[in-house]
Amino acid sequence: MSTPYYVSPEQLMKDRADFARKGISRGRSVVAVQYADGVLFVSENPSQALHKVSEIYDRIAFAAVGRYNEFENLRIAGVRLADMRGYAYDRRDVTGRGLANAYAQTLGTIFSSGGEKPYEVELFVGEIGDAPADDQLYRLTYDGQVADEHGYAVMGGAADVVAGYLKERYAEGAALEAALQVAVAALGHSEADDRIIPVEDLEVAVLDRTRTQPRKFSRLSPARLEALLGDRGAAVSAPAEADGSDEPPVAPPA
Amino acid sequence: MGDPRLPAAFLQPGMSSFSDFLAEQAPDLLPGRRAVPQGHAGDLAPHGTTIVAATFPGGVVMAGDRRATMGNIIAQRDIEKVFPADEYSAVGIAGTAGLAVEMVRLFQTELEHYEKIEGTTLSMDGKANRLATLIRSNLGMAMQGLAVVPLFAGFDLTSDQGRIFSYDVTGGRYEETAFHSVGSGSLFARGSLKKLYREDLDATGCVTAVVQALYDAADDDSATGGPDLTRRIFPVVQVITADGGRRLPDTEVAAIADAVIAGRMTRPDGPAAPLTTGGDAR
Repeated sequence: MSTPYYVSPEQLMKDRADFARKGISRGRSVVAVQYADGVLFVSENPSQALHKVSEIYDRIAFAAVGRYNEFENLRIAGVRLADMRGYAYDRRDVTGRGLANAYAQTLGTIFSSGGEKPYEVELFVGEIGDAPADDQLYRLTYDGQVADEHGYAVMGGAADVVAGYLKERYAEGAALEAALQVAVAALGHSEADDRIIPVEDLEVAVLDRTRTQPRKFSRLSPARLEALLGDRGAAVSAPAEADGSDEPPVAPPA
Repeated sequence: MGDPRLPAAFLQPGMSSFSDFLAEQAPDLLPGRRAVPQGHAGDLAPHGTTIVAATFPGGVVMAGDRRATMGNIIAQRDIEKVFPADEYSAVGIAGTAGLAVEMVRLFQTELEHYEKIEGTTLSMDGKANRLATLIRSNLGMAMQGLAVVPLFAGFDLTSDQGRIFSYDVTGGRYEETAFHSVGSGSLFARGSLKKLYREDLDATGCVTAVVQALYDAADDDSATGGPDLTRRIFPVVQVITADGGRRLPDTEVAAIADAVIAGRMTRPDGPAAPLTTGGDAR
């Protein structure tokens, strides 16, 4: 007969947090940047079908890193919540704050309940208003914490390095072109060198308040990215080293 | 929504239909689920009337008059009965106005929901079939006089042409060629279009033809509203092409309607069609 262990609550939570953090740090980063006309999301994602950045509602977008099946479930739940609320009340009554709150409660409950493994995900919920001052960017972590971000935010594997790069170069109220160039350069930045990420491996989407349709979310095609990014020097990019290939599948080939 | 946490059913994968999801989670929000006491309820609520659609090379046009009637009363003179369903399609609804507007909202959400969950839009036939299902779920109400009959039109990006679908109250779905009309004034509108429609019309010509048809419907059907010159109320017109759908601005519709009315000042029955094909009386 085995002796039951005593594990202190502090240790239990720390173990769960370490577990979640480890899963998240395997994937590559996602960057969200506020620019003059809205919010820009950039991630490195060679898959054309498995998205890390998605539309939730008219003015709300979602981005995630970590385990694909887990954040995909959260995304679908967010779309359902938003569509149901918009149908029951009105389209204007669907807010990013409400959605971030629902995500935070869900992630927090799962994290602290003993029965389930914590989600290995981090999320952005972005919402644009009529003016840049009304734009909101929430960052949610695996344990249900919500942070209200301003200007730019990074999550995922090399978040600290990328955020450090952005901190030096981010300019408030930049045009889309400039914001995109900084964000892409930041994603390619590491302590060792600066990679040039090919446009096919970029997943970029914007919430753009200048769009005439009520749905402000739009993906930027590789052709459009090529035009916006301009000449980035040598096109040869060091292939990103395979991350944790012996690990179980994480996000879309991250 | 008291509990701020996402319910477990929201996190379940696999369902991409919004109306199916509502049926499980909040059936009271579905228009077809309400029990109506026995008897005929058709005279209790306003009815919307005539909707017309016609295709032209490279697109499709849908237009609706602005009148809602309740028996012999004009319930509303500026109601809107033609709505964009998504970027490449539009839906116009004749019948009980309250149910119709709710059904359009459900249909719009259904299409957008599928697009967001699946990351791709439904095919044109898929959209038309979804609408058929929604209409079928309303059959019980239709039998008590609260029928909703839509007309669905859109631009099919795969076959690169405008397409029109009509429905009956049982959810029967029929594809129409060239043009179609539903509602109380539809007989007159269709008769008018038979004489005015040509396959080589451009977008503006097609809009003019449907405005003429609505004028003819209003001329002979008391429940269809004609252009209201004193209040400047004109039909709602949606034009859908490969570039997407848009509602024509009121100023553009007004200009076309004014031209139509000016022509009718000299010939109240509208343009005369040639007696035999081959001539060109217009």
